[in-house]
Amino acid sequence: MSSITSIIRPRPGGTRGSSAAPTVNGAQLFNRLCAVCLTLFALIWLVPFAWALITSLRPDGSITAKPTSPFAGGWSLHAYAYAWDTYPIGSWYLNSLVIGVLAVVFTVAFCSMAGFALAFLRFPGRNAVLALVTAGLMLPTEALILPQFIEYRSLHLLGTYWALVLPSVAAPVSVFIFQAFFKGIPVPLIEAARIDGASWWRVYWTICMPICRPAVSTVSILTFINSWNAFLWPLLVLNQTTSQTIPVGLASLVNNSNIQYAEVMASSVLGFLPLIAVFLVFQRRIVQGVATTGIK
Amino acid sequence: MTTVASTRPARRPAPVRTARGRSPRSDRRAGLLLSTPFLVVYLLFLAGPLLMGIVLSFFNTTTVKDGLGDWVGVSNYTKVLRDPLFWDAMWHSVLFTLITTPLLVVLALLFAILASRVRRGRVFYRLAFFAPYVVPSSVVALIFLWMYTPEVGLFPKLFGAVGLPVPDFIGSTSGGWTAVILMTLWWTFGFNFVLYTAAIQDVPPDVYEAAAIDGASPWQQIRLITVPLLRPTTGLVLILQILASLKVFDQIYLLLGGGPAQSTRPVIEYIYDTGFTSYRGGYGAAATMVYFVIIVAISTAWYALRRRSATPAAPRTAA
Repeated sequence: MSSITSIIRPRPGGTRGSSAAPTVNGAQLFNRLCAVCLTLFALIWLVPFAWALITSLRPDGSITAKPTSPFAGGWSLHAYAYAWDTYPIGSWYLNSLVIGVLAVVFTVAFCSMAGFALAFLRFPGRNAVLALVTAGLMLPTEALILPQFIEYRSLHLLGTYWALVLPSVAAPVSVFIFQAFFKGIPVPLIEAARIDGASWWRVYWTICMPICRPAVSTVSILTFINSWNAFLWPLLVLNQTTSQTIPVGLASLVNNSNIQYAEVMASSVLGFLPLIAVFLVFQRRIVQGVATTGIK
Repeated sequence: MTTVASTRPARRPAPVRTARGRSPRSDRRAGLLLSTPFLVVYLLFLAGPLLMGIVLSFFNTTTVKDGLGDWVGVSNYTKVLRDPLFWDAMWHSVLFTLITTPLLVVLALLFAILASRVRRGRVFYRLAFFAPYVVPSSVVALIFLWMYTPEVGLFPKLFGAVGLPVPDFIGSTSGGWTAVILMTLWWTFGFNFVLYTAAIQDVPPDVYEAAAIDGASPWQQIRLITVPLLRPTTGLVLILQILASLKVFDQIYLLLGGGPAQSTRPVIEYIYDTGFTSYRGGYGAAATMVYFVIIVAISTAWYALRRRSATPAAPRTAA
């Protein structure tokens, strides 16, 4: 910390105008170099996507014959038709979608209500709730799969959508995001509504929730992506049923002895395209969401 | 500026006073009602498994049957602590953390600094670096397995073209680690990149302007301004990365299945194997608790450290 102040301090004293001109050119050159480096790495980062897409569009024979000349052998959508017919990708999508939507609805409802209560209301047990939420932030849920599994089994929740929805609803992070947003609402606004006779429920629903639309969308998007991408827990929970989510369903292709690269890559493209679409539409929100949850 | 400064101190204490002064009963009722749904789910499905795990670890529960089984005291724990396979798995998770953490933190910092100097194409860089993070692990594994395939995959060709010996990515231990680490780098790097870019945007631009006027070269600016100002973010990225890396499962399980011969099996897969392949629920729960204590100890230590370093620094930065 002290090193920063010592750097900033010499600002008023140091006026070396003569050296300014060459450094501008140097800085420009440096920035251009940065752009080149970054673009190069960004292109490298896109290679796996592009490679999967290209492979999925090739006929299987030419892939094994000429693996690195992607334009040999022509193009076809045959692999997509084959993948769609062979695997129940449609029902995997539907399962993932239903679970994701349920998780979003319940997480937003429950966590925003709790966040509202913590931000504006004094009630017995408030400190206990706050302490539980804070402790919950440090709880590594991934480590608890085994007892979680046994608990869900004794509650007869295995194989149901609820088994996948409920863990993501118990998200202390979402409560914190909502609480932070609610705290930004000016208190006079809420006082005025209370004096006009609005109930707390109305204050929450008609005043605060519309103002906190950014928080709602942040929590929604992050919850949806997390629930869509979850792997280990759905793998365990949906073991008993034929209904699986996209990630678990596609994972069954991983160690498939029947190696048909085009078909497997077509399935992966079907697995990542919807998410890339979601990302492109909401990229600003997603990035903001990650930044706020990370930094808090 | 002045209006912000004058309204802020007046606004802060307000909710406490009004909440206590007016109709406290409706406040109390509303507060309880609104926080109950979350609290119920939290206690049942987040705190519940933790308590369940503690109870299970003292019984020889099997995963196939309902019921706890017999009380065995601490014998599950003594067995876990004496099991070399548990410590191997633990070591694999730690090794993965030791390799991935510096790579993911330094690369993210480097690229975020580069990105901060480039004006156009933000969306493109974001797409390239962060999009992999939203893709499910099994899809990433499918794509990378194809790229690692011997003879026809992209990576063997690439290694060959550069003149490097082509490792056996799936069949050997060292090749397997290389495969898992390259894939993890591609998949998760965007998260840290976004955290750093957000932090860099918070640095006031006049700091750089002042430095440029003083004749600081871009390299000096980065070394003497950006990196030191990002120290709190680095602390955060570091701990998030350590905790995330210690939880590694998906990549190793999907790419290698913990093999060859369990030489890459991480601790979560050990718990998974004891609980769901050998059906030793109580034993797996004991292993869970040992691992859990390690993770909680690391994050508690970090919170304590941050609190201690934040308290004396706060007034200095404010002044």
